[in-house]
Amino acid sequence: MSIIYFDNAATSWPKPPEVHAAMQKYLKKIGANPGRSGHRLSVEAARIIFDTREKLVQLFNVDDPLQIVMTKNATEALNIAILGLLKPGDHVITSSMEHNSAMRPLRAMEHRGVNLTVITCDQDGLIDPVKVSAAIQENTKAIFVTHASNVTGTVMPVADIGRIARKHALVFCVDAAQTAGCCPIDVKEMNIDLLAFTGHKSLFGPSGTGGLYIREGLEKRIEPLCVGGTGSRSESEEQPDFMPDRYEAGTPNTVGIAGLQAGVDFVLSEGVDQINSREEELVKTFMEGIKGLAGVTLYGQTDTHKRTPVVSFNIAGMDPAAVALELDERFKIMARSGIHCAPSAHKTIGTYPQGTVRFSFSYFNTQEQIAKAIDAIRKISRRKK
Amino acid sequence: MKDKKSYDVILFKAVSYALKAEKILKKENLPHKLIPVPKHISSDCGICLMVHLDMKDQVLTALQDKVDIENVRPLTE
Ligand SMILES: Cc1ncc(COP(=O)(O)O)c(C=O)c1O
Repeated sequence: MSIIYFDNAATSWPKPPEVHAAMQKYLKKIGANPGRSGHRLSVEAARIIFDTREKLVQLFNVDDPLQIVMTKNATEALNIAILGLLKPGDHVITSSMEHNSAMRPLRAMEHRGVNLTVITCDQDGLIDPVKVSAAIQENTKAIFVTHASNVTGTVMPVADIGRIARKHALVFCVDAAQTAGCCPIDVKEMNIDLLAFTGHKSLFGPSGTGGLYIREGLEKRIEPLCVGGTGSRSESEEQPDFMPDRYEAGTPNTVGIAGLQAGVDFVLSEGVDQINSREEELVKTFMEGIKGLAGVTLYGQTDTHKRTPVVSFNIAGMDPAAVALELDERFKIMARSGIHCAPSAHKTIGTYPQGTVRFSFSYFNTQEQIAKAIDAIRKISRRKK
Repeated sequence: MKDKKSYDVILFKAVSYALKAEKILKKENLPHKLIPVPKHISSDCGICLMVHLDMKDQVLTALQDKVDIENVRPLTE
């Protein structure tokens, strides 16, 4: 029995073979520090990073590749956005479905005098844009919202919230950790000013990659968190103020970015729409298959069109951790259990503090694996009865 | 390269800007060459774009409002 990997919302695996090849190629044939020297290997390394930015802008409909800051993950991107933008006295709005990578920096800023409103989402994890509008105050500076919940897979109406943000001239920041690569994202159409994404989930890159899109001009209002060597303006002891160097101090993860580029290439050539619809089919089969089982509770929206390939569930009378352990030991199914780094999301859907069992599928999962998983859950839940 | 005197180099803030400029010129079919910054020029960015003087205006027009340029200097001292 081979392993069935259903923890793609944590980190996707496997990766397309092109990702391995690109990383190996960099390590074997290029190896140099990008943008620090004029020799051909350094230029080659810099080209890898530039080309990666170019592919990302294609994916998100951004005009200028230099508006993409490469980071080590979505968490770093969110920290730049939140800690760099907000000042004491500002008011910000967020949702109760946020991952801790947004919620913790927001709470940290609250301790420094930022006023935070957390909009409670409904039982399916959906935010009501009307409540967002109603929460806007005179000193509101920004709205931070996740594009999709990592607990319920609920896709938020970001285009609607984006219109509200634009109307009130607020900075709109979207956490696309769960959606970049598997849901369409258009920063112009959605009025997104800041887009935080991670490389190791649906973009199929390795861990240690991610980024932040910053709308042109907004960098003037965002302080960098980390300053240091950039390979540019070396005569000066001050951090450069231009994009993306302002936020990219230190030698980047070039080997990781080489892999990310191949991952984004894969996404672009398969097409987000195709990835999205194949994953939706997997979710549909899975939800259909377990929703009737006695003792099984499914969370999130029933309309599979409005969710990412993330499904949280529980089996009555069983601790999610015990279910996940049994799935692993008896069925070789890799799932995640517990709070998934989003305590407020669990409070919203009523699964705090025990959490849920979470399956998250990828483009590489198959209907056959889904069938096996349904069978496994049937067996576990029946025995429990 | 026959006549070094017929060339200028365009200098940028950072390598990524030079690479961006290179892509634009490639797309527009304007002749150019990415080279290490010549010794006599002090620039922090390790590379620059070399262009023939005959093409210079066209190149600068193509890059205008798209890539920040730090400086334009003769290739030779
Ligand atoms: C919604 C959401 N935001 C942010 C993150 C953080 O991503 P990373 O761990 O790559 O920083 C995750 C995943 O862990 C997530 O699911």
